[in-house]
Amino acid sequence: MKALLGTKLGMTQVFNPDGTVTPVTVIQAGPCVITQKKTAGSDGYEAIQIAYGDVKAKRLNRPLLGHLKKAGVSPKRHLMEVPGETGAAVGEVLDVSLFEAGELVKVSGVTKGKGFQGVVKRHGFGGGPGGHGAHFHRAPGSIGASADPSRVYPGTRLPGQMGAKHATQRGLTVVSTDTERNLLLLKGSVPGSKGSLVVVRGQ
Amino acid sequence: MTVIDLLEQQQLRSDLPLFKAGDTLRVHFKVVEGTRERIQVFQGFCIKRQGSGVRETFTVRKQSFGVGVERTFPLHSPKIDKIEVTAIGDVSRAKLYYLRQKIGKKARIKEKRV
Repeated sequence: MKALLGTKLGMTQVFNPDGTVTPVTVIQAGPCVITQKKTAGSDGYEAIQIAYGDVKAKRLNRPLLGHLKKAGVSPKRHLMEVPGETGAAVGEVLDVSLFEAGELVKVSGVTKGKGFQGVVKRHGFGGGPGGHGAHFHRAPGSIGASADPSRVYPGTRLPGQMGAKHATQRGLTVVSTDTERNLLLLKGSVPGSKGSLVVVRGQ
Repeated sequence: MTVIDLLEQQQLRSDLPLFKAGDTLRVHFKVVEGTRERIQVFQGFCIKRQGSGVRETFTVRKQSFGVGVERTFPLHSPKIDKIEVTAIGDVSRAKLYYLRQKIGKKARIKEKRV
């Protein structure tokens, strides 16, 4: 599997030659440096570890600085393991040339936090009528039977924290890549706010 | 300037005339019929401009056989052959939604004397 760490920059649109418009998300993907190789012999499985995002050395702790120093890499903010990759060597740089236009990718990130929300916003419940003497508006209503089972079933849709959780959007088409500025233009939206960390992986 | 602005700047058209809401426009729009392409003209008042950068659109309203017809075009679309400004209107609104409620003589726009 191929993967890159990146930053979501925002959305815009591009015109196609036939005049139709494609909505795109712009992602600054990579460059990511390989900091470690895990092999079946020493670790029990094959993987590479990639690092992304320059950071001041004083922001990192000593163990992490030592780990990066061993790989000969400048201080980086984010580290991630990519299972199944064997080809590249430590210190090698991965960039957007990993992906090409027309390819399908999936993007993971942390969705925008919406706070503690009721069932209408969080689960799309219909809610009650606003007026005409009705007393039922946005409450969840019945959450189950009474004496039997005497409990609320796990998974019952109730109010609670919405968003700010890890999510993956699959099947996004790569519209174009820009190797100079390390940009990836994907058709459609991806989880997270502008400036948030995302992982772009091949399907 | 952000990366998004730079990306949008590459797609902006520089051959468009200056116009605003109230102006009378002739929009030459490319229409594909089967294999051949021809140019269709849509003439009317510009009643709004909306959005910014490459996402900007404008809406043209005209009366066709007594029925009001509105059409919204992306300003920087490659399908727009050209835009002609035939008259500059004298209006005091940026969005001329009030024209939708007017019919006949009241639906006219005064022309600006230059």
